[in-house]
Amino acid sequence: MLQQLGQLPMGWLLTALLLFVMSAGFSIGRIRAERYSLSSSGKFHSRPNYHGYYVAMWGLAPALILALAYLLLAEPVARELLIRELPAAFHKLPKAELVSYLDAVSAVSTHGTYDGSDRVFTAVTHRYLELSGSLKITTLATILLSAILGVMFARSHVSPDFRARQRVESGAELFLFLCAAIAIATTVGIVASLFYESIRFFSQVPVTDFLFGTRWNAQTNAEFGAVPLFFGTFMIALIAMFVAAPVGLFAAIYLSEYASRKTRSYVKPLLEVLAGIPTVVYGFFALLVVAPGVRSIALWVNATLIDIGLANGPVLAAQPTSALAAGLVMGIMVIPFVSSLSDDVINAVPQTLRDAAFAMGATKSETIKQVILPAALPGIVASLLLAVSRAIGETMIVVMAAGQRARISLDPSTDLTTITVQIVALLTGETEFDSPKTLSAFALGLVLFLVTLCFNLIALRVVQRYREKYE
Amino acid sequence: MNKMSDSSLITPKALKHLKKRRAADARFRLYGIAAIVFALSALTLLVIAIGTRAYSATTQYVLQTEIMLDADLVAPEGETSEAEITRNIEGFYTLVRDKLFSEFPESTQTQASRQELSELVNRLAVLPLAKRVATNPTLIGKTIQVRVPLSDDLDLYLKGGSPKDVTVRIGSAGKIETDAEGKARLSSTSGLSKVTSTRSLLEEGKATGSVLLAGGETVARIDSLSPDAAELTLLTGTFEQLANEPLVAHIIPLPEAERPISDQQIAWAIALKQAGNARRVLHTSLVTHTDSTYPELAGTLAAIVGSLLTMMVTACVAIPMGIFAAVYLEEFAPRNRLTNLIEVNINNLAAVPSIVFGLLGASLLLGTFGLPRSAPIVGGLVLALLILPVVIIASRASLRSVPPSIRSGALAVGASRMQAVFHHVLPLAAPGMFTGAILGMARALGETAPLLLIGMVAFVAEVPKSATDEATALPVLIYSWASNAERAWEPMTAAAIVILLSLLVIMNVVVVFLRRRFERRW
Repeated sequence: MLQQLGQLPMGWLLTALLLFVMSAGFSIGRIRAERYSLSSSGKFHSRPNYHGYYVAMWGLAPALILALAYLLLAEPVARELLIRELPAAFHKLPKAELVSYLDAVSAVSTHGTYDGSDRVFTAVTHRYLELSGSLKITTLATILLSAILGVMFARSHVSPDFRARQRVESGAELFLFLCAAIAIATTVGIVASLFYESIRFFSQVPVTDFLFGTRWNAQTNAEFGAVPLFFGTFMIALIAMFVAAPVGLFAAIYLSEYASRKTRSYVKPLLEVLAGIPTVVYGFFALLVVAPGVRSIALWVNATLIDIGLANGPVLAAQPTSALAAGLVMGIMVIPFVSSLSDDVINAVPQTLRDAAFAMGATKSETIKQVILPAALPGIVASLLLAVSRAIGETMIVVMAAGQRARISLDPSTDLTTITVQIVALLTGETEFDSPKTLSAFALGLVLFLVTLCFNLIALRVVQRYREKYE
Repeated sequence: MNKMSDSSLITPKALKHLKKRRAADARFRLYGIAAIVFALSALTLLVIAIGTRAYSATTQYVLQTEIMLDADLVAPEGETSEAEITRNIEGFYTLVRDKLFSEFPESTQTQASRQELSELVNRLAVLPLAKRVATNPTLIGKTIQVRVPLSDDLDLYLKGGSPKDVTVRIGSAGKIETDAEGKARLSSTSGLSKVTSTRSLLEEGKATGSVLLAGGETVARIDSLSPDAAELTLLTGTFEQLANEPLVAHIIPLPEAERPISDQQIAWAIALKQAGNARRVLHTSLVTHTDSTYPELAGTLAAIVGSLLTMMVTACVAIPMGIFAAVYLEEFAPRNRLTNLIEVNINNLAAVPSIVFGLLGASLLLGTFGLPRSAPIVGGLVLALLILPVVIIASRASLRSVPPSIRSGALAVGASRMQAVFHHVLPLAAPGMFTGAILGMARALGETAPLLLIGMVAFVAEVPKSATDEATALPVLIYSWASNAERAWEPMTAAAIVILLSLLVIMNVVVVFLRRRFERRW
């Protein structure tokens, strides 16, 4: 019996139950209010619909909270209960093994019961189904009960004088506030989870080794000196900015100061297409076109240097994936981030400044160089900072085109690795976060988050100040 | 007014300087144009590079042939249940292979050449045929026309990809002398000199590759070549046919040992193509098949469905949440520390690297809450958090564009603030909000890195049915295909990219349409 209950489709049941509670609560409140208004001649403060909403709100709120709690906690709770009942032999297993065993159990039980040759496994699965069945039925009963209590409580309020509309509106406002607070909850979640896992990591590996060590060998849980990763990230972001900063800036200047309205209306959306292309596509492009191109140029440089006698052996590494390839493509990707924000900023410079410069006899380029750019400088710096933060956090391009080897080298044709590449390499295919190897990914993530946060905060503050100045 | 000539500004020095200044101005303008040209040509190069590669994946070479569905092989124990027949891949494969053996009897002489011929078609390529027969068992015992994809290496060769093949037409053979050992000698053909010169050009005089001579359905290898004579070994067909048909020389500069397909396999491929058995057909399996380890059998269906499920979760969470949050911040929020903090937070979250959201999902959703790995529900939630700031910012802009007079009007006739917003402002702001939502969804659709961290990179051979099944997404599939080493994956990856980009284009077209249709200037 309980085993069959264990296979209940809770997603659908919960949705149906919540919808039922909502509509039932609404009708109960509304009907009661209408009955009152028919029987009594006195005027109602709120319309019957608002009484309906009020009752539905009281029914729905506890039900919704319980349902969310179930969705998030059911699985861990069921597992915990199961682990307590397992024979002692299971408790001697390493944690990772126990978890993967339980994963198998819950995977099997979502598709029905298991009746195979492994009798222990069968017994465990059956017990697991029973446990989750009792959890499910308890949850459903609790939800129903709390909804009924809520509806009854609210129903007793319905009366001509009751200010149902005000109550509903403040309830709705609270709900809207909660939605807005999700943003804070997300940030708190990010910071908390990164800090929690990083602290676990730093209890095994000293912070100084991580921040100042120059040897990175995380796949074997051996060495965790992240300096080569910081270097690679910095180097690739630098190459990207060498492309994106001049191109983005000049494009923005041309579009806002020189281009006709028609050219602008065509070119601007086209430039923004560059920002809309998924980064995995850029990664493929880098791997397919740019990296081989960079390699053959590097080989040609090597050959020429040897030919003219400046070198005895190959000077450049000429790897099949290289920092230069990843940096170039990343630069192309970042162009619109520079150009569209700079464009906005340049457009925000008051026309009077331009007119004044022209009146003094300055040419257009002199006006731009000596009046507009200095006036727009804070905004332009902010756009560059945002672009750098984008480049540092970019993942797919470097994963596909930058390489895996952690080293420090100024040669742009070698493969360098970055923070994001290592995070992906360390966490792909991992289920348990308990070895230094997987935990180090979170420490890298924390560094990445903090660095980009600084860039973003500075940039946003600068933009805000700048807006206030000219608005 | 002063006359120009009187002005002390018009000195020769000043005029010279003016010229310089004008030149500087022109240069500056040119830099701007150069920047735009650079950016746009990068875009064009990207589109062309991917488009041309994807184009070759729009078609596929298949083996088209008539096969008699022998009941002994297809349903060995008289079993006609659907599952049994589908499972009997070996039987169907034997049918196809036997057909090839009867087509090319020379292959049956040694075990090695039988093996070589079997490599033309992958074992799993008969799976669709098995399914077709399983759903319609009355076909057993009849002769039906079947199409099975040729192996990826052969497909690549036939499409002119790799190994490279240069053909030279050399007209009719004239005379072929055969000796007792099965060797033949071709002489006095004027075309041979053309072959020799082309070959020495291609191989830089080293002659390490192969030259195959094809006429009709016969293919022979040229063992030694001089401008006026050639020694031949027959690979398939007959020398009589070779003597009568117009000849084509296939020069393959890459040495046999360095390529995945042998001379013999190329010969069979040429013969099959000549006979009309190897046909180039529309590559529909690209969107009807799920992933496979063999490029000729792989498709994007499971990934597309996985992406759709993920997007559904994302839309259900991010769009209402984002809109409500925007309404609160724009219409109700008091100006205090808390709302200020929320605002800074949202702007900040919009710029947090996407991989950090992946870390959040991995640690919180998978670790703490124990949600299933590789499931669209987790991916959808992570992407929802990722695009929430985008939706909020766009929705706020849209709410801000509704003039205050609408609110004042509603309030003036006695509406509460809530009523004014939900009955009057929100409907007017809705098109703008939806465009913002769609743009956010487009961002989520192309996002890869967070999905890698929550395990949506697993090999998924079955179409996911619900949001808790194991699934992968289209961009992740692109990533895993791109990391495969075989050459044949390249066009497949490009084709998957084209599918992804066209979905994005559709979403953006909808946005443009909504803007055109509903945009209002107050």
